[in-house]
Amino acid sequence: MFNSNSSITNSQFQIPDSLINYTLHLADNTLILAQQNSAWCGHGPILEQDIAITNISLDLLGQARNFYQYAAQLINEFKAHSPKERAGGEATEDTLAYLRDNREYKNCLLTEQENGDWAKTILRQFLFSNYQYLLYEKLQYGEDEQLRAIAEKALKEVIYHLKWSSEWVIRLGDGTHESHQRISNAVIELWPYVDELFINADYESALIANNIAVDGGSIKKSWLQGTEEIFSEAMLSVPQNVFSQKGGKQGIHTEQLGYILAEMQFLQRAYPDSVW
Amino acid sequence: MSMQLPDHENTFQHKIDVEIKVEPKDWMPEAYRKTLVRQISQHAHSEIVGMLPEGNWISRAPSLKRKAILIAKVQDEAGHGLYLYSACETLGTTREETINDLHSAKAKYSSIFNYPTLTWADMGAVGWLVDGAAILNQVMLCRTSYGPYARAMVRICKEESFHQRQGFDILLTLSRGTAVQKEMCQDAINRWWWPSLMMFGPKDSESTNTDQSMKWKIKRKTNDELRQQFVDMCAEQVRILNMILPDKDLKWNATTQHYDFGEIEWNEFWNVVKGNGPCNKQRLEARRKAHEEGEWVREAAAAYAEKRKTKPQTPKGALAAA
Repeated sequence: MFNSNSSITNSQFQIPDSLINYTLHLADNTLILAQQNSAWCGHGPILEQDIAITNISLDLLGQARNFYQYAAQLINEFKAHSPKERAGGEATEDTLAYLRDNREYKNCLLTEQENGDWAKTILRQFLFSNYQYLLYEKLQYGEDEQLRAIAEKALKEVIYHLKWSSEWVIRLGDGTHESHQRISNAVIELWPYVDELFINADYESALIANNIAVDGGSIKKSWLQGTEEIFSEAMLSVPQNVFSQKGGKQGIHTEQLGYILAEMQFLQRAYPDSVW
Repeated sequence: MSMQLPDHENTFQHKIDVEIKVEPKDWMPEAYRKTLVRQISQHAHSEIVGMLPEGNWISRAPSLKRKAILIAKVQDEAGHGLYLYSACETLGTTREETINDLHSAKAKYSSIFNYPTLTWADMGAVGWLVDGAAILNQVMLCRTSYGPYARAMVRICKEESFHQRQGFDILLTLSRGTAVQKEMCQDAINRWWWPSLMMFGPKDSESTNTDQSMKWKIKRKTNDELRQQFVDMCAEQVRILNMILPDKDLKWNATTQHYDFGEIEWNEFWNVVKGNGPCNKQRLEARRKAHEEGEWVREAAAAYAEKRKTKPQTPKGALAAA
């Protein structure tokens, strides 16, 4: 589905590795959040919302597949150019999703946080969608043709995710005493994972100069502003002086990810070399 | 008034006889309404409870493509549940009442969903056999006499045929895979075959609702007719999989031009209906739990909607940007 005229062949030599890692990071973010959200399918609080969260899960999974397919293409081309680099079989979207372990995953810690109650799931989605919205909005004008195309297509979905999750944050914040309490707790639980979204990993830094990756720092202000406005309608306050947890982008995760992967990868690990 | 009643009934039956759909505002016999509410709500609950055994494998689907297809399929079932709850509402029963009847175990759902999904191959077997059996029933129901139910069925059938194909495709892939995968495939067929035959309900001779439902054209084929159609279909399709159906009595009968098949374990059927199936308890508990844990969410949504009535505001910030 992707044309082969990628930036790998005409960029600096260190670019391919960074581009592969960046693409995997974008893929992992969306896959892990899709996996988490999909656990609501059949268990949502209202049938219509069960459908909505499942739909978001499906959108994110679709984005993940696009990123993984591109990453696989880059890896395979890279290998063809430097045979001694990586032996082994051809990379595919599934080898990347199912056969990499914890330390190789590059998703932000926010996406792997437990679902908790509906408030926590909603807030996680809102914080992430707001980020993704600003990220894809820039990425769609980046220098890498494929990332640009994926971002442009995904942006339409993300706009809906952001709208839906914003409405729910407001509804819960300004609903009942209990819902306000629950969404406030979610803010406290999830806020430590916010900062990581905006701190560039080395592979991001390497691509920013070429305008391939989006500089996290450049969208932080807009993100905070958008979040504050929704929080103010929801009568929530933005926590101050929270110690930030980070490391996910570099493969240092919370313990939670190990369980997510164990479950997700079970069949591929238990029955290797099978076609499904 | 007393003179009008038989007239009403005559007009009603005449309408059915000449294939005019009954619509929500039309007069209908109380028993017709009751039968429909029972059947449609049972059908709706089957869609919703049916999300559980398949939802069970979403997190473990073995490829991203299979995961996407499975999520979409289970989501479709939620959508089917919605259409059907709406069809029930046209008969004067609210969604809340209908759902409460499920949670209190007053209403039934298809017993097939009380069987566990143990391996990935079960996703294939459920698609091929369970959705396959459901489709035969649903295709018939596209011509059912009650308009809203028939129209809901037309939409549902379009999606169900995709469900059955994806199930068959899972099995086909396994049947061409490794020895372990082939074994997994046959094992799933073995476990799902007989419960699928039971999905068509008791034998015609034992079915209490069939006669009247046929007269009202709620049903257009009997349980046994549909079951036979299903056996004939699967007996052919299983050959493509190079697998067998677990019935030593299954064979082509040149005289009847149908497949003969073995006796169904009706004891098992009635036991599962009575609540003694392997997963009856878990399925109902999962539904109740989702409902109970969602209560504060529904209350919050209602409270917020109430507040908005008095102070309408336009959303700002990230929402407006979007």
